[in-house]
This record gives sequence, C-alpha cells and structure tokens, in this order.
Amino acid sequence: MNQAFQNNESRPASSDPVVKESPLIYRQLLWTRITHWLWAVALFFLLLSGLQIFNAHPTLYFGDQSGFGFDNEVLAMRAENTPDGPVGYTRVLGVRFDTTGVLGLSGSGARPANRGFPAWATIPSYQDLGTGRVVHFFFAWVLVITLVGWMVGSLINGHLRRDLAPRADDLRNLPRDIADHARLRFHHTREYNTLQKLAYGGVLFVILPLIILTGLSMSPTMNAVIPFIADAFGGRQTARTIHFCMMLLLVGFFIVHMLMIVAAGPLNELRSIVTGWYRTDPPARASIGEEKEI
Amino acid sequence: MARFKLSRRSFLTSAAIGGSGLAMSGCDILDGYDGDSGVRNFLESANTLTYRVQRLLSGRDSMAQEFTEADIRQPQRPNGVTSPENEDYKALLANAFTDWRLEIGGHVEKPLSLSLAQLQAMPSRTQITRHDCVEGWSCIAKWTGVPLAVILDQVKPKATARYVVFQCMDTIDRSLSGEIKYYGSIDLFDARHPQTILAYGLNDKSLPVENGAPLRVRVERQLGYKQPKYVRKIELVDSFASIGAGHGGYWEDNGYDWYGGI
Repeated sequence: MNQAFQNNESRPASSDPVVKESPLIYRQLLWTRITHWLWAVALFFLLLSGLQIFNAHPTLYFGDQSGFGFDNEVLAMRAENTPDGPVGYTRVLGVRFDTTGVLGLSGSGARPANRGFPAWATIPSYQDLGTGRVVHFFFAWVLVITLVGWMVGSLINGHLRRDLAPRADDLRNLPRDIADHARLRFHHTREYNTLQKLAYGGVLFVILPLIILTGLSMSPTMNAVIPFIADAFGGRQTARTIHFCMMLLLVGFFIVHMLMIVAAGPLNELRSIVTGWYRTDPPARASIGEEKEI
Repeated sequence: MARFKLSRRSFLTSAAIGGSGLAMSGCDILDGYDGDSGVRNFLESANTLTYRVQRLLSGRDSMAQEFTEADIRQPQRPNGVTSPENEDYKALLANAFTDWRLEIGGHVEKPLSLSLAQLQAMPSRTQITRHDCVEGWSCIAKWTGVPLAVILDQVKPKATARYVVFQCMDTIDRSLSGEIKYYGSIDLFDARHPQTILAYGLNDKSLPVENGAPLRVRVERQLGYKQPKYVRKIELVDSFASIGAGHGGYWEDNGYDWYGGI
C-alpha cells in the first residue's frame, strides 16, 4: 500500500507522520465482508462446475431449441482429425479459431481428449456431468441466498445508499475517474469511486440476477412455473447462451478486480475486505485532487 | 453422446491426466468420486432443497410450455440407446410390436396387460413440447399418447403405492451381474399430471425406434433422462429399495438427482 503513496506523491512514505496523516478507517461492514467471501467461494465452484456442465454439450444456440436439422449455432467447441493429427477448434458465429490444446481438444499429447473446456478448468477434472450438477446447484443456492441476504442487509445497514448508489458527483467525476484508472492513479478514500460503483453495481444488480434468471430458464420445472422468463430472454437456448456470456463477464470482472487490487495496493485492499480497516490517503492529498477537478 | 459416465479405464486415464493439472488449482477435491464421497454427499443435500422448492412452486397443475406446428423444425433428436440390440426387442420390432404387451403391476388392485392397439384405442393427448436434455440441448416435437392417469385409474393403485417405475427393453450398460436395462421412476404426483403421457406417436407418425418405439414416457416438466424409452413394464412400488441400486433410476444410480427438474 505504501507503494501507492510513493508513486503518487513526491514525499517519501516514512513511518509515523504518514500514518498519522493517512488514517485507518473502518470501511467495510462485517456483512459486506462475509457476503463478499461467500460469493468468491460460490462463484469459483459455480464457474468450474458450470464448465463441466457445458462440456456435456459444448455448443450454444439462439432460440428455443438446438438446431440439429437447421443452423442456429452461436458457439461450438469441437475436435476433428486432420492429416496433421487431431485439432481442437472453437467456432463463434461461424468464424473458426484453432484452439487445440485448450478448447475442443486438450490433454496429454499421446491421448488428447475431445472436450470443450480442458480438465484443469472443470470440476471434476474428468467428465462427470452428475457431479458437476451437484456442485453447481449447491453453490447456486449459496449464491442466491447470499445475494438476497446482501440486498436486504445492505438496504438496512445503509451500504446501498451510502456506498453504492451513484450520485450526481459520480457522473461528473466519471471522465476524471476513467483517466485516473487508466494512469493507475488511485485515490484511497472511504467512498468507492465512480467506476467501482458501476462495476460492483453492475455485477450485483445486473450480471448476477441475469445469470440466476437465465439459469432458472433452463429448468423445465421452473419453465412450467414462469414460462415468461425464458420467453423474455428469447427461449431456453438463448437463455443458456446469455448464461454463458454472463459467466464470461464475471470472469472479466474478476480479472480486472484482481488487477485493480494489485495496482491500488494489495495489502491495504485485502485488509479492508478481511478486517474492514482501510488506510485512506492523507486529507491534504484528497483535497488537492478535488481542486484539480474544478 | 450415449453415455455420460466414462468407463473405468478412461476414467482412470483422464483422472491421471486431469489430476496432475488440477493439483495446483485445488479443484480436484471432487475427483475420484465413487458414489459415497463425504463431500459429494454433503453437497448433494442441496438437491433435496431444489426438489422441495420446485415442487412447492410448480404444484400439481402448472403446465409445461406448449408450442405450435411452426416450431417443429427438425426430427426429434434421439439420445441414449437409439437402436436396441436385444434379441427380444428385435423380434418384437420384426412384427411391428403386435406381440408386445405393456405390463402394469406392483402395488395395484387390478394388474393389466395392454397391447399397442389397446393403448391406441384409449383416450389420447397430443402436445407440442420442448424436450430438455440434461446435457443442455432442446428439441421441439409433437407427442401423442395415453395419459398415464387414464391407466392408473384402470389399475387402481393401492394406498401403499408411491412411485411409478418404468422397466425398459434396451440395454444401457453392462455390469458384473449382467446386462442393465434402462429403468426410471416418477412419483404418483407427476404420474397424474395432465401432460404425463405414454407416447406411441411422434410428429403425426408412429414412434420411431430411435425415439423409443413402441412406447416411451413423456414427463414434460422434467429432463429427458426422466422419460424412459422402449417401455415394457410399469410397476407401482412403495420404495426404490428393490430397484437397481436404490436411487430410483439408471442415471440416478450413476449420480444424477432423482427429480431432474433443473
């Protein structure tokens, strides 16, 4: 975390005076921290068991049904034999990419396996749809219960209103915030910055609800209860495709999330999501930032 | 994709290959599952919650979506066994199933044996529905058959009957004790659902061999593995104890959940 200070300020980050000027504040409530880590665990298992389930039929389609007698394919991962040996490929909207060794065909050189995602990306590592489903639905419940609990709790404890709801200022600050992120210049304040609010809000209020609803759209029982959900997405197979795309967005979010934490000072960021305590920038610096903006 | 479960040999090979790659990511905790891993059993408890909530929400009468003729765009995609090699099946097929009988017995007051012609003379229901496979694909087709409720009313289930078990003619697997023919079950709740039919017709023709001729089950609010093909016998039971390994079906005995609603 001290590195961040050094980068952004000419003053060396020596011990006592800096500590006084950059106070530790209690930033993340217990409820926020618990739900964060429940999601982290649940999404990890959901991802790897989801790829296992995908591998049972590694093709995505548009519409209600899968085109066997017609073409409505969105994405497919396949293997085929060529004069040069077996290759794996991924076809996205008709455009073919060679993905040998990772997608479509992977495993040891002597006996590569014909499978969508490779063994290291699935739970269990070998093909076992039954166990993949057991893992997936267990953690789906963890995800849903945590999300509902978080929404209710955050409404009550003020986390939503205080920390996540975008304000007029946030919109005004957006260009500067984008510029700051691009230059890896981070402000350590109690508040989330604009891009953080948009990213966290997008995950919690758009991506997670969509991935849950598209998941339910794939259930024939739930389809009998709430047929309009699958219809709203454009049919069960489109829902399955959206489910997959939301997974990609979550993976993308995770990667950016990790990069930002490393860039902003991993120890400080990690401490705040484990213990709640976060070291903010010295007050003077924060106000300089404000002036610059004006 | 006839089978989801790998043979022991390829299982060991892939486990060895996969295990080495996975050791570092720590995702191999569920590898090596052989039916009674403690972790898996714990996670499996969520299936009960899933089942209860689905039952609560779907109730007795919610109906699976039905589609229009225009949605039938391709032949019904066959899966699992598509051409039974069993000699008794081939003999029945050779004379267009005139010698085939559907036996209905177990915990019933009045066991029945019905020919295909008798079944076709009974009240029928036709429905255009979407078949959802556990693998993830879907296919829309038109099914015609006898509502299972009609047959249940004739055989009069005893008070002890809880489940309807379907015994089939196709060999799905082989074990040390011989051939395993497909079997599956639903409970009386789903058996009496209006869309639960014993289908002998597909897309206005008689049911093709690849889709389960002469008779297959349609349970439209559940996944494809809950809808056995090549049915020869319907048995009403009070528990699964004497059925296969005791989980209520071939796939259930191989790690799938019994309800199959998601």
